[in-house]
Amino acid sequence: MSTLTGPTRESAGAGAHTCDGVGDDARRPDGAQKVAGRFAFSSDLWADGMVWGATVRSPHPRARLVSVDPSEALRLPGVHCVLTHEDVPGKKTFGLEVADQPVLAVGEVRYQGEAVALVAADSPETARRAVAAVRVEYQPLVAVVDPMEAMLPTAEKVHPSGNIVRHFKLRRGDPFGEAPVVVSGEYEVGMQDQAFLGPESGLAVPADDGGVDLQVATQWLHADRRQVAAALGLPEAKVRLALAGVGGAFGAREDVSLQIHLCLLALRTGRPVKMVYSREESFFGHVHRHPARLRYVHGAARDGRLVFVKAEMVFDGGAYMSSTRAVIGNAGTLSVGPYVVPNVSVDAYGLYTNNPPCGAMRGFGAVQACFAYEAQMDRLAEELGMHPVELRSLNAMSQGSLMPTGQVVDSPAPVADLLRRVAQAPLPPPGPTVADVATEGLLPGGMANTTHGEGVVRGTGYAVGFKNVGFSEGYDDYTTVRVVLAAGPDGPVATVHSAGCELGQGLVTVQAQIARSELGVREVVVETADTRVGSAGSSSASRQTYMTAGALREACGQLRAEMLARAAARLGVPEADLSWAHGEVLGPGGDVLGLPELLEPGPLERTVEWRHRPTQEVDPETGQGDAHVQYSFAAHRAVVDVDTELGLVKVVQIDTAQDVGKAINPGAVLGQIHGGTTQGLGLALMEEIQVEAGRVKNPSFTDYLIPTILDVPPMRVQVLELADPHAPYGLRGVGEAPTISSTPAIVAAVRAATGRRLPRVPLRPQDIVGLGEAAGGTDGADGAAGTGGRAGGAHDLTGGVPEPRGPGSGEGGAVP
Amino acid sequence: MDFHSPRTWADALALKAEHPEAVPIAGGTDVMVELNFNRHRPPALIDISAVPELAQWDRADGHLRVGAGVSYTRLVRELGPRLPGLAMAARTVGSPQIRNRGTVGGNLGSASPAGDAHPPLLAGRASVELASVRGTRLVPVEEFFTGPKRSVLAADELISAFVVRPAPGPEQFCKVGTRNAMVIAVASFAISLDPEHGRVGTGIGSAAPTPRRAAGAEELLEAELSAAGMWERPRPLPDGLLHRFAELVTSAASPIDDVRGSAAYRRHALAIMARRALSWAWADLMRNGNAPCN
Amino acid sequence: MQLRLEVNGVPYETDDVWEGESLLYVLRERLGLWGSKNACEQGECGSCSVLLDGELVCSCLVAAGQAQGRHVVTVEGLGRDGRMSAVQEAFLEAGAVQCGFCTPGLVVATEDLLRHNPAPSDVEIREALAGNLCRCTGYEKVLDAVRAAAGTSR
Repeated sequence: MSTLTGPTRESAGAGAHTCDGVGDDARRPDGAQKVAGRFAFSSDLWADGMVWGATVRSPHPRARLVSVDPSEALRLPGVHCVLTHEDVPGKKTFGLEVADQPVLAVGEVRYQGEAVALVAADSPETARRAVAAVRVEYQPLVAVVDPMEAMLPTAEKVHPSGNIVRHFKLRRGDPFGEAPVVVSGEYEVGMQDQAFLGPESGLAVPADDGGVDLQVATQWLHADRRQVAAALGLPEAKVRLALAGVGGAFGAREDVSLQIHLCLLALRTGRPVKMVYSREESFFGHVHRHPARLRYVHGAARDGRLVFVKAEMVFDGGAYMSSTRAVIGNAGTLSVGPYVVPNVSVDAYGLYTNNPPCGAMRGFGAVQACFAYEAQMDRLAEELGMHPVELRSLNAMSQGSLMPTGQVVDSPAPVADLLRRVAQAPLPPPGPTVADVATEGLLPGGMANTTHGEGVVRGTGYAVGFKNVGFSEGYDDYTTVRVVLAAGPDGPVATVHSAGCELGQGLVTVQAQIARSELGVREVVVETADTRVGSAGSSSASRQTYMTAGALREACGQLRAEMLARAAARLGVPEADLSWAHGEVLGPGGDVLGLPELLEPGPLERTVEWRHRPTQEVDPETGQGDAHVQYSFAAHRAVVDVDTELGLVKVVQIDTAQDVGKAINPGAVLGQIHGGTTQGLGLALMEEIQVEAGRVKNPSFTDYLIPTILDVPPMRVQVLELADPHAPYGLRGVGEAPTISSTPAIVAAVRAATGRRLPRVPLRPQDIVGLGEAAGGTDGADGAAGTGGRAGGAHDLTGGVPEPRGPGSGEGGAVP
Repeated sequence: MDFHSPRTWADALALKAEHPEAVPIAGGTDVMVELNFNRHRPPALIDISAVPELAQWDRADGHLRVGAGVSYTRLVRELGPRLPGLAMAARTVGSPQIRNRGTVGGNLGSASPAGDAHPPLLAGRASVELASVRGTRLVPVEEFFTGPKRSVLAADELISAFVVRPAPGPEQFCKVGTRNAMVIAVASFAISLDPEHGRVGTGIGSAAPTPRRAAGAEELLEAELSAAGMWERPRPLPDGLLHRFAELVTSAASPIDDVRGSAAYRRHALAIMARRALSWAWADLMRNGNAPCN
Repeated sequence: MQLRLEVNGVPYETDDVWEGESLLYVLRERLGLWGSKNACEQGECGSCSVLLDGELVCSCLVAAGQAQGRHVVTVEGLGRDGRMSAVQEAFLEAGAVQCGFCTPGLVVATEDLLRHNPAPSDVEIREALAGNLCRCTGYEKVLDAVRAAAGTSR
């Protein structure tokens, strides 16, 4: 086991150790291009004779589509075509799990922003004018926008199949359990956006064979190809996709956005077509994190041991299914957190409404659950008079524990250790008390001079969370990798080719690192991900490094075996007498055969399709079953300063501990943890797509706020490497876990500072000062209270009460 | 769309007279957003960023006349000590990139109730200089705004400058937003104290259809401080006075609920900012005596 | 309209520029300089940061005509003789690059910061880069990179 403490760990690249293999801080192969501005993102593509595509979108959350009249748009000079659903030659609908979303609206639009028609024009400005000139007649219908109402049998149906996409039931032990100490609460999570920086974009080029070549930023090339080919009515072989540079993804590129539209326009115009969404369109162009309402009841013995958890979770999936079913599966199976709970009764619902469609976002169902169960754990600690870390550690799962699904946790689960590590990390020094040049920006309110210490109270909060890695519930989850090993002018070269999508996380780096370590070569070429090789599955669910490592290691192993066979033939000795070491074959008599000699007869190539161990569908009535492959665990401690009068928050410090099994690239691991933690901070304090009556109120970066560098505190990270014996190199997926527990840790710290319940994220200033409307009624609505009264505030490690800031923190007291 | 690039102020005014529908553009921080977002397609743009007169500031008759084209960055750097309230507000505008381009003239031209420069201009009792081929007029900032994103600016007029006295005493500005930087005000407040004349100036942002003064709060404070002789001999402000001042600031506002915050919160935040800003400004006064800041 | 400007020391002339176009659009779509990125079109993200006559600006908020006869430096113009600048090198070395979409803007903004303030404190770095959004890194390694670049250039 090793502990890496960021950010002090320096890159090992420049020192004596330069092999850049597994475990090293190898540099990104695309990094030099990226810092120089020469890396081609999907919005940077260009082709001779190219035209620009644009989308006509519904302004209504629900309406009957009466007519689409393109004539005026077609009369504009420079407009090439206007397409509607009638121009979709193949399947008229698409979808990640179920094809329920029209490529272009047919009959009815079901959310604001639904694509109705497409245009192609000579320039973006002409395309925009053409979009405005397409006359669409709508007959607005009453939209289904309240998820609680959508669940009722009497509700208007968004789709003929009814509004409940999935009802996941988890039943374990006695569902009617009773306990001496009971806390209950209702929680709400707002709709978060992935807010990647590089908007949806791509370039489709019609091909001579009647097919199409598409360069696009995506998370899953083959899922895109399947849906594009179906809509075009073409065999998949005629639809070729290549990954263009991806400007972040975080789940938002798992579904099809403009892929089909681009190809339709390219085939219709016979010209290359480029589309780039504006930021505003991007908010309508991809799925978001499901907003959720969660009602939890926790029962515990007086010693703090959990007796039961009951929960009802309602996730608003919006107008189309996307990955709602899988999100609900995660929310349900992970609903009680990384704790041992003997009696569980959970109902998780995913719904159709006329709100914006929701699907994959980093954390995928685990985020919403963790916000609720960690708030519950704090409430329980309060009722029991225990420290929140003590209560969590007492109930923490460990290797050998049973999930509430009955699945055995069969690899390290260091939940208590992670909590201990963040709890024991040094606390930050007391904050500044007087605004001066050196401290500006460090108090709540940042640069805006809202406090000189008045009203500022420090709070500390803890949370731990977990996430399944890979696709679960019996999904046939695999990755394909092809490796070619050939002689090159400067020595042997390994070429790695897969369809695994590099989104920024560093897949291209780890592919090269693994090939170097496994084959003992220095030079590795990582080819552009495309559909000339089999599916790699999605770069999501924290799975791609795990899966690619499995496939790549297997392929390299087969290549080594082949080289041993070549060596055996050449030396005339049995293979069993030969061994492989650092790119050479060692023979019994001290013979050494290097790669150049072994590759003399010609290059070697292996393609491997690799699967993680199988998972099971869960029982539809009880949720029992071995649903998951692996879990990823992280814990956070957040220290915040809250201006309790203005409701503004400054996060002072965040400590994270995460088990990654094996850090293939330690620097990249830290980067994932920093970035994931920051997205959790965003959900805690500022990020929400505000939807009113089915309409998005803030589709811009002026009003959908993501954290700036002034919002993010110093982040210290402790990385554990407890190998998972079932995983390649023992590694665990890294990307999602840090996003999950950072939100509840920050909110717990704000609760500690304010003494308020704060049952909803993102926290708004009005909530923090007690002027907001809270989920399920008033702030602090707390159904069945257990024994004892409500304790004031939460606890910090010193067991103390919230500490006021500065000498006499009252008004004027801090003025020197 | 036409694009005009006048090199002199006279040319700019002539162009505006000739093309009253043309939109003047300086830093572009508002105009370009409208264009980029396909919200506005004016028949012409008049680029006033290359008009040298607009980029100058000078002193005359005890006042500062600051050209409408002086960027926030320059305002902070060159005029910070003379206009501390405005400089504090300027520092909260966007990012370095925005402050390098954005101008007070542009802020006034957009006339957003959330414009960061407006509260300190109101508190400092500044005037806006409007010019056209017909002549030049000086409008008190308080009378400049007529509604959300509306002002008295005539179709043939351009904003040439604002005119304001150097801060006669301590000034403060604070702004509430839901992020620590790069944020549009949920509510903002500015105060300016003039101990020599016993005057108080205030400005409220993002809490009414237009930026506005809290005249009642100013009058209360002026009266109470004069009656108690506290301008001459500053002593700590009684808590009751701070409280009533904050109440009157709040009652001057008429905020709405929107995506950035609720009306109730805006009122609440204004009261707190008013109290704090006054107490800080008063503390400055007690510390520095009543010497003007310039 | 016709537009003449100098970008990274190279004079450019381009015709048929639409008057409502931004400098960013001109750089990207007319001059083929794709390094400056388009992520928000409203000056909120800093991905399109360039130096306009030496001043740090969001090129999405500069009207094309406002760049007439001006000198622009984009991320592509920062290195010298095919070598990365110290700032670029530091971003790469510190691991401050993930998806890289914000990187050009951050690099340009950092160059501007270090030109004015060769030894910035952490608070000064944060204030200077507050207009450059990054969604991947949480900024921790961005701070590392800027500190390292400041050390190098000192």
